[in-house]
Amino acid sequence: MAERTQPIRALPGAIAAGFVLAVVLGAFAVVVSGADAERGLGPADLAALRFTLLQAALSAGLSVALAIPVARALSRRRFRGRTLLIAFLGAPFLLPVIVAILGMLAVFGRNGWISLVLVQLGLPPIQIYGLHGVVLAHVFFNLPLAVRLILQAWQAIPAERFRLAAQLGCGSRDIWFLLEWPALRRAIPGALAVVFAICLTSFAVALTLGGGPKATTLELAIYQAFRFDFDLGRAALLGCIQVGVAGLAGLVAMATLSDVGFGGGLDRSMDRWDGAGGLAKAGDALAVCLTVAFLFLPLVAIVLAGLPGLDTLPATVWRAAGVSLLVAFASTCILLALALPMAATIAGARRGWLETVGLMGLATSPLVIGTGLFLVINPVADPFLLALPVTAVVNAIMALPFALRIFVPAARDVLQVYGRLALSLELTGRTFWRVVLLRRLRPQIGFAAGLTAALSMGDLGVIAMFADPERATLPLQVYRLMGAYRMESAQAAALLLLMLAFGLFWLCDRGGRSGDSV
Amino acid sequence: MKSALTFAACISLAGAALADTPELTVYTYDSFVSDWGPGPAVEKAFEETCGCDLKLVGAGDGAALLARLKLEGERTRADVVLGLDTNLTAAAAETGLFSTHSVTAEYDLPVAWEDPVFVPYDWGYFAFVHNADLQAPTSLKALAESELKIVIQDPRSSTPGLGLLMWVKTAYGDEAPAIWAGLADNIVTVTKGWSEAYGLFLEGEADMVLSYTTSPAYHLIAEEDTSKAAASFDEGHYMQIEVAGKVAGTDQQELADQFLQFIVTDAFQSIIPTTNWMYPAVTPAGGLPDGFETLIQPGKALLVPAGEAQAIRDAALDEWLSALSQ
Repeated sequence: MAERTQPIRALPGAIAAGFVLAVVLGAFAVVVSGADAERGLGPADLAALRFTLLQAALSAGLSVALAIPVARALSRRRFRGRTLLIAFLGAPFLLPVIVAILGMLAVFGRNGWISLVLVQLGLPPIQIYGLHGVVLAHVFFNLPLAVRLILQAWQAIPAERFRLAAQLGCGSRDIWFLLEWPALRRAIPGALAVVFAICLTSFAVALTLGGGPKATTLELAIYQAFRFDFDLGRAALLGCIQVGVAGLAGLVAMATLSDVGFGGGLDRSMDRWDGAGGLAKAGDALAVCLTVAFLFLPLVAIVLAGLPGLDTLPATVWRAAGVSLLVAFASTCILLALALPMAATIAGARRGWLETVGLMGLATSPLVIGTGLFLVINPVADPFLLALPVTAVVNAIMALPFALRIFVPAARDVLQVYGRLALSLELTGRTFWRVVLLRRLRPQIGFAAGLTAALSMGDLGVIAMFADPERATLPLQVYRLMGAYRMESAQAAALLLLMLAFGLFWLCDRGGRSGDSV
Repeated sequence: MKSALTFAACISLAGAALADTPELTVYTYDSFVSDWGPGPAVEKAFEETCGCDLKLVGAGDGAALLARLKLEGERTRADVVLGLDTNLTAAAAETGLFSTHSVTAEYDLPVAWEDPVFVPYDWGYFAFVHNADLQAPTSLKALAESELKIVIQDPRSSTPGLGLLMWVKTAYGDEAPAIWAGLADNIVTVTKGWSEAYGLFLEGEADMVLSYTTSPAYHLIAEEDTSKAAASFDEGHYMQIEVAGKVAGTDQQELADQFLQFIVTDAFQSIIPTTNWMYPAVTPAGGLPDGFETLIQPGKALLVPAGEAQAIRDAALDEWLSALSQ
């Protein structure tokens, strides 16, 4: 089948993708052109590449594998606090790395809660440092995201299909094979690719929880090349490998992605007649409870650590919070302007190759992109003046792959279901966007906007390269407080950051879903 | 109405003043410019005397600072760079971006200072910090043989991490790999930067953390907390001397010289101890703040000459990597 005729044009999406590609590749080109001598890859770099791939693959696999039972339980059970739980699933993802590490260690560390209990029982404390610690931390960050992405696939199955299945006497097993597995096949490859790409650029988490230089990732090698050896060529080369691997993962994911849709439904609230057995109920309850414990204990630790200092936060922290909110708002606007046209273009095409562009942005080393943009801006303008716009753009690009993962399946369904009708009514272009697409995508827009706003709040990103005192963001201020020994204030500022990021996420996400039962 | 007029007058006056006031841009590391660092007080003190606008710009940490300067090259907006240390000064001088200074001062450094390009402003010793109730080892070797758990920073991404690398190397030379092999089972983990490591230590993840001999002074003076101490090691302690230098291509030559001279005066030096938590390069007339007398005094100061730092660093890093990657 050739390209179908669509009610929307592909051009705006292609332009948006071109912009993203230009920023990412442009940054690389500039960094490479600024390099003089070039040293090839040594055995240490290959070891770093191996470790990076291993931990990213394990983290992605485990996050997604664990997300499936959790998403299934959430999709077929209704219980008190479920909506709040789903909203809270964004929280770990939004934390600045250093705060998340301290939260995780408060629970899983040598002196953490679990170890304390174990020691009381006469058992040795947990040994968290090592490859398993790295993977555990990455699962902590990414499991919630994977759950949300996969849950979305379930929610794309019209309620009528479950009703029909129940009428036909299908059990849990039949429903799994007939409805749920085909739906998952639309979500799993993309979720794997996104988590994999995130973990590729891991540095502080991998090093700290990995227990030493054995856990050297590519991002650390880039850091070393840049600030230890000042070898820009090597930094760019290593950065290219990161982006290349992510691009490859994206292509594989897109190639295995199924684009089977389920047709339209009447947007009834979903009722499920399967899974009524005791075993199924117990299994679902276990999946949800374990996830809650795993994700929430570290968050509780962060909240407890932050509360004492909250009422004595210095004024600069509040100012930084304001700056961060501004950046988050700008990032979200930029993101929507990029992601929506791209998603529509991808959904209109048979294969979503364009989505790979988004993944490449995510896997770009913040150090390389920051350096590149700095080199571009420096000759023409004061980089400090542009610190905030640059941060907003980079944060939007980093959030793009998530947004695409959220938009594309839904947009594909809309085009499949309403595309021909819209064409026959000559409902095309802007009118189609306004009347059909944006309305149908409202929950996804809310979710993606919330995620971007929150991510942008929590991201240290490139601001560290451009920051001056007046333009510090909240995460930067958290680091500064820690660097000045002010651990209590830092933890309080981190709590403020968590609350603001979560508040933004909740507002957008709720806004998108209002009137819906999700 | 009156206040509105005053306001308007102020604005126009400020505008006029701004147009005439020369501006001195100083690149420094991030924690220097933060509200809790020396930055705000230094800015105020210098602006009182210079009739200029001092603009402090934070750019990561010391090593990132040099990288930043190299990125900008001759086009840099910096007039002065403050915050490099002796591990970086040779590489910094090599760029040709700095010019010589004319500052003379009676430095209170444990080593003689004769660098023609850079002016030292503070210094400190690296040390392992622990809870005061711990029976701390008295040498690196004893630490390596003990069962104590430590957190250190990665020398590739952190200044203290690099300091420990040089410490072990200068103290033990060819035996350094053996010391690292002995330390391997003491090291809980290696972090990206100082903040992560210190945070882990405060959370109780390790018995000791690599920091400075002056760290307990922060807890004592700012928090009235006497529970932290630094361990004194028989091999001596590696030093960090932090320096400032004038950018050769600056269009504010005189002002930059004035600032470098200001650095070694009491006005600047008296700010350092309780904001940067380091020893001032020239002890101010009022002496050190109360509490500093409680800090350990290493018997021997270790420091690699700036010119040899890079070669030693690269060899020591390879040893470190192979000892800890087993």
